[in-house]
Amino acid sequence: MIYAAIVLLPLAGALIAGFFGRAIGDRPSEIITTSFLFLAAVLSWIVFFQVAFGHETHTVTLLRWITSGELDTSWALKVDTLTAVMLVVVTTVSSLVHLYSIGYMHEDDSRPRFFAYLSLFTFAMLTLVTSDNILQMFFGWEGVGLASYLLIGFWYKKPSACAAAIKAFVVNRVGDFGFALGIFGLFYVFRTVNFDAIFAAAPGVVGKTFLFAGHQVDILTTLSLLLFMGAMGKSAQFLLHTWLPDAMEGPTPVSALIHAATMVTAGVFMVARLSPIFELAPDALKFVTLIGAVTAFFAATVGLVQNDIKRVIAYSTCSQLGYMFVACGVGAYGAGIFHLFTHAFFKALLFLGAGSVIHAMHHEQDMRAMGGLRKKIPLTFAAMVIGTLAITGVGIPHLTGFAGFYSKDAIIEAAYAAGTPNNYAFWLLVVGALMTAFYSWRLIFMTFYGETRADHHTYDHAHESPPTILIPLAVLSAGAVLAGVIFASYFIGSNEHTFWNGAIFHGENNHILEKMEEVPGWVGSSSFVAMLIGFAIAWLYYIQMPWLPAATARAFRPLYLFLLNKWYFDELYDFLFVRPAFAIGRFLWKGGDGAVIDGAIDGTAAGVGRVTARVVKLQTGYLYHYAFAMLIGVAAILTWLTYSGLFAGAFK
Amino acid sequence: MAEAGFFYLFAVLAVASGAMVILAKNPVHAVLFLILAFFNAAGLFVLLGAEFIAMLLVIVYVGAVSVLFLFVVMMLDVDFAALKAGFINNAKIGALVGGVVLAELIALFTYRGLSVAPAMNAAAPIPTASSGITNTQALGDILYTKYVYFFQSAGLILLVAMIGAIVLTLKHRKNVKRQSIAEQVARGPKTALEVVKVPSGGSKIPAAKRPEAAE
Amino acid sequence: MTIGLGHYLTVAACLFTLGIFGIFINRKNVIVILMSIELMLLAVNINLVAFSHFNGDLVGQVFALFVLTVAAAESAIGLAIIVVYFRNRGSIAVEDVNMMKG
Repeated sequence: MIYAAIVLLPLAGALIAGFFGRAIGDRPSEIITTSFLFLAAVLSWIVFFQVAFGHETHTVTLLRWITSGELDTSWALKVDTLTAVMLVVVTTVSSLVHLYSIGYMHEDDSRPRFFAYLSLFTFAMLTLVTSDNILQMFFGWEGVGLASYLLIGFWYKKPSACAAAIKAFVVNRVGDFGFALGIFGLFYVFRTVNFDAIFAAAPGVVGKTFLFAGHQVDILTTLSLLLFMGAMGKSAQFLLHTWLPDAMEGPTPVSALIHAATMVTAGVFMVARLSPIFELAPDALKFVTLIGAVTAFFAATVGLVQNDIKRVIAYSTCSQLGYMFVACGVGAYGAGIFHLFTHAFFKALLFLGAGSVIHAMHHEQDMRAMGGLRKKIPLTFAAMVIGTLAITGVGIPHLTGFAGFYSKDAIIEAAYAAGTPNNYAFWLLVVGALMTAFYSWRLIFMTFYGETRADHHTYDHAHESPPTILIPLAVLSAGAVLAGVIFASYFIGSNEHTFWNGAIFHGENNHILEKMEEVPGWVGSSSFVAMLIGFAIAWLYYIQMPWLPAATARAFRPLYLFLLNKWYFDELYDFLFVRPAFAIGRFLWKGGDGAVIDGAIDGTAAGVGRVTARVVKLQTGYLYHYAFAMLIGVAAILTWLTYSGLFAGAFK
Repeated sequence: MAEAGFFYLFAVLAVASGAMVILAKNPVHAVLFLILAFFNAAGLFVLLGAEFIAMLLVIVYVGAVSVLFLFVVMMLDVDFAALKAGFINNAKIGALVGGVVLAELIALFTYRGLSVAPAMNAAAPIPTASSGITNTQALGDILYTKYVYFFQSAGLILLVAMIGAIVLTLKHRKNVKRQSIAEQVARGPKTALEVVKVPSGGSKIPAAKRPEAAE
Repeated sequence: MTIGLGHYLTVAACLFTLGIFGIFINRKNVIVILMSIELMLLAVNINLVAFSHFNGDLVGQVFALFVLTVAAAESAIGLAIIVVYFRNRGSIAVEDVNMMKG
């Protein structure tokens, strides 16, 4: 009951605000949706304590869905620790974002629509995380994609927003194609879509092959790779990442909710949920690690030089997702989910804080036009600093630290312990940590320190945000500070086995957690050192010698441009995919549809006209013409009868 | 022998007058030639032993239909002096086609070897000459019994044609006085009589009613 | 020589063709068309009666009777139409009868 309530309350809010928003007004829509979400959040925390610490798991069937031949699925909610963690993350962040939006969007005219979309997204995400079969997960998967499209393109009158929404949807679609193939493959092999049944049958197909695209390939590896393709799209990993920075066209609360805490983490969740399958496909896991490490490194490099405050944070998200995938790839799913958990808090905090800055600076987003805001918006400043401390992983080793200190360091240790070739994963992640520290502190320094570069009018009017904005910042700050301390031992520490209680699966060769304990000491402090170096360089560049960034950019101009233009991926994809697609479309439109189909139909219509114009000339009105025609007809019939043998035995 | 002679006489005359019908310049002449064609056809019918049909042809066709043609031709007062010249171009093709049709028809009849024998299953056998039943009587015997429905519908067709012809051509002239029988018959005391109260004791007709007092 | 069925049929064929020919070679007036139709009907009647005689079946004559009836009716209506047309248009030259031009 309580589980159904958690999932359905946001849906109810979405329906009320969506259909009746105009009737009931803006404020009631906001209040209804937000309070439903808060209720769901409270219930989620209760469930979390029940399931994760009380060690209960439940499966609640709601409705029968499909019964067709071998396919028999229901709408059902599977609630185990993994689900409970995600429920908490999703509902907490979503409810705080709802509250924040009341303040942030208070000048907007379409508030009911916004809140309806936010709640709709939350419902879809909750369906995704509570699904007990892969079809329901796909439903939630597509639902969050849809909500993302609607929310990115919320200000639909801006063409760039519409283009960004389409880009997000299409790139996601590419990934979903692989995901769909994976689903079909799962059903084809296991004859069921139910998770428990699949996981039970999975060990039985290890090492077997099937025919796919004309080749005999290993079943589990292929399925895992296909499913991971979906995760690559949804979580903006390398190659399918191009949509995430453009998604910043949406309002900041959207970026915080969807592109920081929840939707993009759906890929990580999916890999963790399907750990029984992934664990049995080591080659797929190697690929996951590779992609994750490359993404972590790549996104961090691009984030170094971005000037839009939201884009820096977006690339930071992309990079952190890479960390999570590395963790899953080496088998430390617990660490990956723990990072997901903490990341949700501090990334949402950073985004909402950035939104507060943008709100204060009257919708200015370029950091080059900011600066010196420390005194003007001190509370926001404090929140951003806490978020930055969390993401960079500041802490005192072996004692305590902010949230990222626990989760990120765990991943880096796991990467080392996994022993990837040349330890490439470990080194990429460490360098990534250095860069993370650099760009995060760069953001803080450029925005809040130094002489302001903003125009005076805007600077003078900069003021602190209203409470509806500040309260979520406060709550998330608390989470960023304390989440690591409180929960580390449960997610990845000594209590992890009882905590997870079988929700994530470890293969028999997976001893990553033991190996993590055995890593050399320097590994543990490597990320701490990297963080300090990054901080120091940022300090140097932006506080001590403010002329240094421009000088460096000039000195290494090609490299700078390469990073600024996101490794020219957009241009590459435009050349490879977009232009040919448009060309094919244009050809099919003008040549195919226009010339052939329309031509045929219009041509037929015109042809009919032409033929009738000629035929009409037969109707001269002259009697003898008609009589003549009749005569010809009579003669013809007579001739035919003569020769057709009707006159039995006629001759000639 | 005589039969052959009469046949050829009637046949040639019929075809010739048919040709003259379509070739005559004066439409009255054309109608007259049509009448001649009908007469000759009637002669042919008599040769074939269908004297009732022959007489019918004369009475109905010649006596009624052709006279009707004549009426219309004369009534319409066609200006035949200004006749348009010659044949139209279609005539050449028409002649060709007509020729083809004629050739085929004749070829069908003559080369084929028609089997003409009194069929065993004749629907209505012609009575032999010795039985004393005339053609007329024989026709009457079957017309009113076996084919009575067709007979009646033929009558209906004639009725419809008559009504149609009247409907098409009847027009009321405005200034022609005519009687309305229905009104005349329906005339009664209310419209025809006017009772005038004459006071007793004198022939004092009220002034307004005196004819000479009318102004 | 005996006059056989073929002879009569030949006569009828000639009259029929003449009637057909007459329909469209005339430009003078529409009444000639009606007369040509009468010629064709006459030819058909000759055919029917000839067959009736040579097949010994009276049905041919009955049929000819009905054809006669219908021909009379049809010529009456045709003439009525021509009269009305002439009243409205003032001319029955075949060339001018083109109101049905499509």
